Amino acid sequence: MIWKSIKVGFHRLGSPPTFYRFCLLLSPWLWAGFAICTIIGLYYAFYVVPPDYQQSDTVRILYIHVPAAWQAMAGYVVMAILAMIALVWRIRTTEIMAMMCAPIGAAFTLICLATGSIWGRPMWGTWWEWDARLTSMLVLLFIYLGIMGLYAAFEDRRKGARVACILVLVGLVNIPIIHFSVEWWTTLHQGKTIRIFGESSMHYSMMPPLIWMTIAVKLMFGAALLDRSRNELLSQDRRKGWVAKKLLGKGVK
Amino acid sequence: MTPTRKKRLAVIGLMVLGVSTATAIALVALNDNIRFSIGPSEIVAGDFPEGRQLRLGGLVAAGSVSRDPTSLLVTFDVTDCIHDITVNFNGILPDLFREGQGVIAHGTLDANGMFQAHEVLARHDETYMPPEVARAMALAGGNEVCGEPIEDHIASVEAGY
Repeated sequence: MIWKSIKVGFHRLGSPPTFYRFCLLLSPWLWAGFAICTIIGLYYAFYVVPPDYQQSDTVRILYIHVPAAWQAMAGYVVMAILAMIALVWRIRTTEIMAMMCAPIGAAFTLICLATGSIWGRPMWGTWWEWDARLTSMLVLLFIYLGIMGLYAAFEDRRKGARVACILVLVGLVNIPIIHFSVEWWTTLHQGKTIRIFGESSMHYSMMPPLIWMTIAVKLMFGAALLDRSRNELLSQDRRKGWVAKKLLGKGVK
Repeated sequence: MTPTRKKRLAVIGLMVLGVSTATAIALVALNDNIRFSIGPSEIVAGDFPEGRQLRLGGLVAAGSVSRDPTSLLVTFDVTDCIHDITVNFNGILPDLFREGQGVIAHGTLDANGMFQAHEVLARHDETYMPPEVARAMALAGGNEVCGEPIEDHIASVEAGY
């Protein structure tokens, strides 16, 4: 019973007016959650957590760098799943959502690269080195930009989305490369600290802001995705009846 | 799922598989070029000619750091616990540089088997802990490089506090 109503609700999201309403209703909650988690997370990061024994206060940049890096990759996986659904089932709202992931993911990749560089200068002694982790992350940024460019290059938005979705799936190969780069090759970038299975090599007292910021960034990605998708849908359907009805009230054709 | 959709899914699956295979082959072929640094043992084995630009990676050996009091010249050994390579560097070391730290020296090997670095980078390991915890571990005698204790580690922990 419940399964069936979930399924029906999911199918309805393929309809633009329903999707529009869904985005409008859900996104303020996600923004609110993001704000709360960020305030708690940054407070912990700046005032509560102890400095590191080697890096002292420089370690605090990690609480932005790491969640942004994770989200840049997780956002790509979300985009790839949406692209796969869009290519197989040709659902327009899914195509739009997949395309709207790219600028948000690109922004997180940029934040990751910038904060990493700022941290690298005092700690490693260099702004940038062409090691496997740094380079594959830069490639991720270019893939994101390529997807945005390809989508924008077509007059027909749906055709553009379909072509760009193929690029999304081609670029997916970079995600495991980023993840395993520090294990497969010797790199300047350190290996992974946080393990889901097994013990993390970060002292527990330094963990809370990382968890808060990770949740915050995920909520922000969701909120931005819903807002962007809703706006893109409005822009595509600006001459359609349902948009006039939604924006100008009933009675307008 | 309709047959058309099944077909589309199969095409997508094949595409992802193809791209992954091609990339994997390329990465395996380029393995030596993607590696950021090489270890002392590989240099001792003589795989690399003198004068060639290399990145030497390893740990700073215990008790090996000596600084010239009148200049920025510093000499230290980089070790992988099997072989040591002596590195000469004239410049400013990164903050994290100390005995036992992972470092990467960029430079060339000279005729005497000494490494002349023009850049030294510190490598940060994946361990994060507060100074109190680090001090407790240092007092418990947990700090060593290749079985040799690092004498000034407690002092350096204190200095970093």
